[in-house]
Amino acid sequence: MSAPDAVPFVSVEGLNRVFDVSPPFLNRIVEGKPKQLLRAVDDVSFAIARGETFALVGESGSGKSTVARMVVGLLQPTRGRVTIDGVPMTGGADADDLRRVRRRMQMIFQDPYASLNPRWRVDRIVAEPIRAFGLRDGEAEIRARVGELLAFVGLHPADGVKYPHEFSGGQRQRIAIARALASDAEFIVCDEPTSALDVSVQAQILNLMRDLQDRLGLTYLFISHNLAVVRHMASRIGVMYLGRMVEIGDGRGLFERPQHPYTRMLLDAVPDLAHIGRRREPVAGEIPNPISPPPGCTFNPRCPFANDRCRQEVPPFRDGVACHAIHEGRIEPAPTLLASTAA
Amino acid sequence: MSAAPLRPPGRLARAWDSDIGYAFRRSPVAMLSTLVVLLAVGASVLAPWLAPQDPFDPTQLDLMDGMTPPLGTNEITGRTFWLGTDPQGRDLVSAILFGSRISLLVGFASVILSMAIGISAGLVAGYLGGRTDALVMRIADVQLSFPAILVALLVFGIFRGVVPPARQEEATLSVLILAIGLSNWAQYARTVRATTLVEKGKVYVEAARLIGLRPLAIMVKHVLPNVTGPVLVIATINLALAIIEEATLSFLGVGMPPTQPSLGTLIRVGQGYLFSGELWILAFPALALIVLSLAINLLGDWLRDALDPKLR
Repeated sequence: MSAPDAVPFVSVEGLNRVFDVSPPFLNRIVEGKPKQLLRAVDDVSFAIARGETFALVGESGSGKSTVARMVVGLLQPTRGRVTIDGVPMTGGADADDLRRVRRRMQMIFQDPYASLNPRWRVDRIVAEPIRAFGLRDGEAEIRARVGELLAFVGLHPADGVKYPHEFSGGQRQRIAIARALASDAEFIVCDEPTSALDVSVQAQILNLMRDLQDRLGLTYLFISHNLAVVRHMASRIGVMYLGRMVEIGDGRGLFERPQHPYTRMLLDAVPDLAHIGRRREPVAGEIPNPISPPPGCTFNPRCPFANDRCRQEVPPFRDGVACHAIHEGRIEPAPTLLASTAA
Repeated sequence: MSAAPLRPPGRLARAWDSDIGYAFRRSPVAMLSTLVVLLAVGASVLAPWLAPQDPFDPTQLDLMDGMTPPLGTNEITGRTFWLGTDPQGRDLVSAILFGSRISLLVGFASVILSMAIGISAGLVAGYLGGRTDALVMRIADVQLSFPAILVALLVFGIFRGVVPPARQEEATLSVLILAIGLSNWAQYARTVRATTLVEKGKVYVEAARLIGLRPLAIMVKHVLPNVTGPVLVIATINLALAIIEEATLSFLGVGMPPTQPSLGTLIRVGQGYLFSGELWILAFPALALIVLSLAINLLGDWLRDALDPKLR
């Protein structure tokens, strides 16, 4: 893995999260079932430089959102460290540092219909972080700041008196962005911010986010399963499969010369106007049950290049990819169809 | 709520225009029972000014007026009473007005008490989860497995044992409120816990956690407003139940003493004359109790239907 900066703004090392999905104690005793553990995130590491957009992609259930929730601190990691601007978020930092960092770190959620309290007016929603961190003194100043933020994300300051249900999905996501910016955040975790929106609105929101990044120097951790969106947004991309990081590369390179067989499979499935009518290799199989993952490389049941070693040994993450076939030189990074059309 | 530059229509106007307001205007039962409850509350609040006499003041009572039938003229004193008098010469109109004053006071106060206990217990149990949740809800389960009246009798038993007899009479009212309040909190706790569990999982609560709000602030600012609907329904129906429970306790002789009769005490006194022909001493307080609790119950029923979108 290559960190472009000497000291990354956000660094995640060896992150692990195990969920206990066992049936209740009594059922286990009566039915004689063992404890069941779900390894949602397994040894994930990456670093994000200031001002860049790092995207996490992967199928549903690959652990992207769990990583996001651990990075912002909504979920405690089972093992591993999250460091933001030199402050260890997962223990060891003093309360003042934590508070300072927490203010500069916000999240935009997937569903703008659920992330805004339906009983609060918009101005109160946007003002909440300002009040919570005591960033402005006096009602008049708070109100002025809220109006400024609403205008910043392309809404009218007078919209503040309305309730969230009076807005469309895209407008609500703008409100959520305004709330994230309200605490003068520098690092924003976006958990599939556009997947609940109309395609036409998606582009508006993404452009707004890029625009804000340029103007405010924001750093994004961008979670998505939409490769087209990721290609538009990300400067570097991490591909996750079943809780593990399988490949990290810079945006252009990953799309043009993907290494891991899983990445190739994903990219091959992207619809593309330039290749209408071509026969595609469909993405074979489904993501296995994470409660009982396959031994060895978790991708081996779906991988066309899998051999005995892949079925026994977990591949280490080396040179931006976790794949035996690549490490052994059995396969070469292959140019995709997208390479020819890459902007 | 923060003041906004563009003030939307006032709270009252919005309430009238809301779904609930519409449902209210369409329901004659709701309007009638609201009217009855308002009249009862108004009459009992204004009892000292409305009632012809103060039934709690022995100097205003004349034993000679005793046992006057309704609308009849007393043969000795020549006075007329609308609803008649009891053996002590107490005017039943005044007795009922003052009696429902006590009944409503006990009802409202005990509902507020059980609401306070139940909502806090439910919020804490639902939000913290785990062992706290298990502990609080098992206590609630134990509470619910006893009839409310038994719990109230238990509190009264302890009160009788602890407070010296000389001070018992003045403290009865507060103990009554405490006893009924303590016997009804579990329902609120269950409902609030259920709602809290739902709200806790919503994304906007996570957004609030990200801002660094403490659990208490999240509970009060984000979860509590969502609890008001169901709690209001329980509170209305419980108000009627509490009034009946108070009447039952007073009827059993552990509630309000005959010197400060509530509706239940009046019924207890009246039932002694049931077979000797003086029916009115029992009938009018009982009728007042029935009308009052029926009206509140109907109101609660309507409120539950109006707030439940599935029943519409």
